[in-house]
Amino acid sequence: MTAAGLAIMIVSVGAVVSLFGYCLFRVFTLPREVVEEHLKGPLGIDTGDTTDAD
Amino acid sequence: MARQDTSDGRPKEQWGTRLGVILAVAGSAVGLGNFLRFPGQAAQNGGGAFMLPYFVALLILGIPMCWAEWTMGRFGGLRGFNSAPGIFSLIWRHRLAKYFGALALLIPLVIYMYYVLIEAWCLGYAYDYLVGNLPLAAGANPDGYKTYFADFVGSGSNGFIYNGGNNELAGILLFTFVLNFVLIYRGVSKGIEKFCNVAMPVMAVCAVCVLVRVLTLGTPDPSQPELSVWNGLGSMWNPNPEYLWKAQTWLAAAGQIFFSISAGFGIIINYSSYLRRRDDVALSSITACSVNEFFEVCLGGLITLPAAFVFLGVSATTFGTFGLGFNALPHVFAAMPGGRFFGFVWFFMLFLAAITSSLSMLQPVIAFFEEGLGLRRHASVTFLGLIAALGTGFVLYFSQDMVALDNFDFWVGTFLIYTLAMFQTVIYGWVFGIQRGEKELHEGAHIRVPRIVQYVLKFVAPVYLIIIFGVFCWQSMPERIAIMRENYVVLASICFIATVFAFLLILVHIAGRRWEREGRLTYD
Repeated sequence: MTAAGLAIMIVSVGAVVSLFGYCLFRVFTLPREVVEEHLKGPLGIDTGDTTDAD
Repeated sequence: MARQDTSDGRPKEQWGTRLGVILAVAGSAVGLGNFLRFPGQAAQNGGGAFMLPYFVALLILGIPMCWAEWTMGRFGGLRGFNSAPGIFSLIWRHRLAKYFGALALLIPLVIYMYYVLIEAWCLGYAYDYLVGNLPLAAGANPDGYKTYFADFVGSGSNGFIYNGGNNELAGILLFTFVLNFVLIYRGVSKGIEKFCNVAMPVMAVCAVCVLVRVLTLGTPDPSQPELSVWNGLGSMWNPNPEYLWKAQTWLAAAGQIFFSISAGFGIIINYSSYLRRRDDVALSSITACSVNEFFEVCLGGLITLPAAFVFLGVSATTFGTFGLGFNALPHVFAAMPGGRFFGFVWFFMLFLAAITSSLSMLQPVIAFFEEGLGLRRHASVTFLGLIAALGTGFVLYFSQDMVALDNFDFWVGTFLIYTLAMFQTVIYGWVFGIQRGEKELHEGAHIRVPRIVQYVLKFVAPVYLIIIFGVFCWQSMPERIAIMRENYVVLASICFIATVFAFLLILVHIAGRRWEREGRLTYD
């Protein structure tokens, strides 16, 4: 690996880890109720069409 | 953070909820693209030089576009629409708007058609490791795993699977396809959260184990000292600056970002439409992006290509996008103590990551069938299953050199995603409006998104996309068209995609008439 490659790897990995760490920090410093009620990933979202599906 | 103790003095479970949300977000975000597609795209587009257009695309396009999609989706959902044709018609009150929404149905549907096949490959490899079908001694023949993969997927000839060439894959694909549809038929939201709470940490641990193994490989063959991990990392990260002058590189980078974080995919705009006004879109969106990037750059980027290089040399950089993972990783596992176990766990975890992604690809079309055609969920799922099965069958048949899969991936997984992304940035920035967008984005938000993001979405992103797209068409389309004339499978693949699109356009037209009759949609 060249010096340029090493620099690119360190900067890339470092930037991503920093962003990830920031997001974790923000989520972990929110009140539990807020996280439970208002933070969602796509597959955790209720589409509301399963109870009357037929 | 304040602790709340239980009666015996132990802290109550507060971290678990937050961690559970992160893992659920991660489950949706992480997929095959992180470990298989990204390394291949980087290898074919300049190695370390690829990271420049990649991060430019992430910061200027990917993250802002995710915010825009989550915002528009929730806006549409609060006004009664959950499908892209409806949401676009709400934002841009013009009769043409819904037809652009058909792109947001076509993209996840067609990508699902080949994604589920790759998902089955992962499960097939996991099974073969479990029962010992996959030989760990193939390293004696450097092409051993390449041959195994070619035989497994039928890349030697078309119709291979249909002629009984690999009944194992046929059975596993059938199981995988049916499993996807059983899960989506029943509805998955609660179950997936619990599933991700287990699967995601296991996957992260597994990925780290493989990463450590790869980084400690050293120089496996002393007679070839140049095939070392250090040089393997170089094959991934050393820049080839000449690639920066090719539009294909910038298009591939933007396409990878969009594919990986599901922007311009039609998925986010659908799922976010189910959110309530006080649900956060800002922090949720960027958390999903950051988790995805962590798995992609920090794990995928350090595992697959370096491992391939150590055992396969420079030729590893010429592998197809998806072939890389299936040729390189078996070599790594063959060099590990407990390689069979780690091989099983690795490919099974890839399968789990893939299925959480493939499930999300089905919902946008289901939502459209429900609200556009008046079908209930079970009928929608059944109808969709038939269409998807046709496409998967097409890709499965034309397995020679994976031409059909590669063309579906290029024309839909890169080109059309790019097209939809262009439309979405323009409609957000110039029709929806960045002032309204900023207000909507911050409803219920738990972070403040800098205002400059709005100006990036309005002025920078559309220009960036149009320039790259234009230069790509000028540089690469003549070659693509020539290939189309020479290879009938390429032409057939494009015709198939066009046929599915035409079908969806007709359904969207019917849906639009229905919404007008019901008074749900009016035009300016």
